[in-house]
Amino acid sequence: MFSVSDYSVAYGQSTVINNLNMQINKNEIVAILGRNGMGKTTLMKSLVGMIQSKSGSIKLDGNEICNLKSHDRVSSGLAFVPQGRMIFSMMTVKENIETGLTTVKEKKIPQNLYELFPVLEEMKSRRGGNLSGGQQQQLAIARALASEPKVLLLDEPTEGIQPSIIHEMARTLKKIRDERGLSIIVSEQVLSFALDIADRILVIEKGDIVREDLRDSVDQQSVAAYLAI
Amino acid sequence: MFSEYTSSELVSIFAMQGFAGLILFSVFVLMALGLAIIFGQMGVINMAHGEFMILGAYMTYLTSNIFSNYLPGFYGIYFFIAMIVAFLAAGSLGALMEFSIIRHLYKRPLDTLLATWGISLIMQQTFRSVFGAREVGVTIPDWMMGSVPLTEMVEIPINGIFVMCLTVVISVSVYFLMYKSRFGGQVRAVVQNRPMAGAVGINTEKVDRVTFGLGCGIAGVAGSAFTMIGSTGPTAGQLYIVDTFLVVVFGGASSLLGTIASAFTISQAQSTMEFFLSGSMAKVLTLLTVVIILMLRPQGLFSLKIRK
Ligand SMILES: Nc1ncnc2c1ncn2[C@@H]1O[C@H](COP(=O)(O)OP(=O)(O)O)[C@@H](O)[C@H]1O
Ligand SMILES: [Mg+2]
Repeated sequence: MFSVSDYSVAYGQSTVINNLNMQINKNEIVAILGRNGMGKTTLMKSLVGMIQSKSGSIKLDGNEICNLKSHDRVSSGLAFVPQGRMIFSMMTVKENIETGLTTVKEKKIPQNLYELFPVLEEMKSRRGGNLSGGQQQQLAIARALASEPKVLLLDEPTEGIQPSIIHEMARTLKKIRDERGLSIIVSEQVLSFALDIADRILVIEKGDIVREDLRDSVDQQSVAAYLAI
Repeated sequence: MFSEYTSSELVSIFAMQGFAGLILFSVFVLMALGLAIIFGQMGVINMAHGEFMILGAYMTYLTSNIFSNYLPGFYGIYFFIAMIVAFLAAGSLGALMEFSIIRHLYKRPLDTLLATWGISLIMQQTFRSVFGAREVGVTIPDWMMGSVPLTEMVEIPINGIFVMCLTVVISVSVYFLMYKSRFGGQVRAVVQNRPMAGAVGINTEKVDRVTFGLGCGIAGVAGSAFTMIGSTGPTAGQLYIVDTFLVVVFGGASSLLGTIASAFTISQAQSTMEFFLSGSMAKVLTLLTVVIILMLRPQGLFSLKIRK
């Protein structure tokens, strides 16, 4: 349903993503695990068009989206929650979510988004920059969901979030998947979160997928070995 | 310099000069609004902004000529039509300039500076070829002539009040457009984080183009207002661009309210001081004050507070 083939991304001369192949099915949650600097952010940003790719193809529902601008990729069904959340800090919570409505017909924030994240409705007139880290993460997810994506990309969503909220987040993401039938690709360094949420686990090492396991048959120790420093 | 006047005379002088400065204030506000919108949006300093104003002024002149030649009965309303014509002409030329030149030069501030400066020279020469080197002026319709007496000594010019109201309407509309509308949200998102704005689905290039056109269009409207206080010549725009930069920097480029407050301060200071001193001395004093205040508050008069 979403597939990336022979995909490479480089900063100038240094190739960071190297002939990477992966695909994800409808309704599936895939976690990409890897240490710092292995290319998770580069992969995610380039998938959504924030960084140019060097070669390869990205297909969403059979359509090639590799040559599209960011906003066109979003209208064809991709949404992105970046590392560090990158909400628009000077804008209110409501305005932040509304930016996500640009590519869809709906002009009002759907009530079911507020039902998923009640705290955002309470705080809708606050500036995004004045929210706590966990609340900003919810805002970034709500903003991404507003564009009614088929594939949701999340880059290290647990970074800088309290452990108690991390479990809650895993539950919300699974709920979103079940309710909306979308596919989720999440990059992580935290194995427990990945095991909690994912159907399938990939390991990224130096810009390539080096290991792939189904959640139910994963050998936790060998995956953990890739994450040890 | 105040010693030869009585205190009641002084109050009247300040009030009169204040009201006389209303149109100058309006021109500043509109110019600065346009310039600030463009600078805030894409970091481009539009050196041709004064020429867009003059384009608006020439459009107003043309419209007034058409009315006086073909529709003399409706001459009273020519100014409203002229403003719309000025806005559309300057706005579409601005959008065209963004599309054909500026967008290829983003992230190269020096190049955009040079390019817009070059465009300003081209526009000046075009004005000269089309409208001639001599300055032209418009006839103000009867209902805008004269003034309303406030006290025995203080009178408010009617065209000043009118242009002022117009500026208020335009500023309020720009405020609503930027802070209450969907489009404004997109503009602010692009300003804050361009790559991320693209990644939530905003067509940043389209937003740039429309914003650039909007800023230039407002300069065109400033040109309409300008025809009431000065005569229009090919190079008249240059005189205003420096003052406008001053207003924008002084107000803090990111704040609409700051821009207005700063335009008010600077136009009033100049208008009042011009009564007592020569025009250039007044300019020097204004500039000096602005420099001192900026040394104390480098971020400008107004700036938003936000947790980083
Ligand atoms: N803007 C950049 N320019 C050059 N190299 C970069 C840039 N961003 C990241 N890199 C390099 O790319 C590699 C992958 O980084 P990144 O994608 O951020 O990894 P991760 O998200 O997995 O921690 C690192 O070696 C990093 O130094
Ligand atoms: Mg990263």
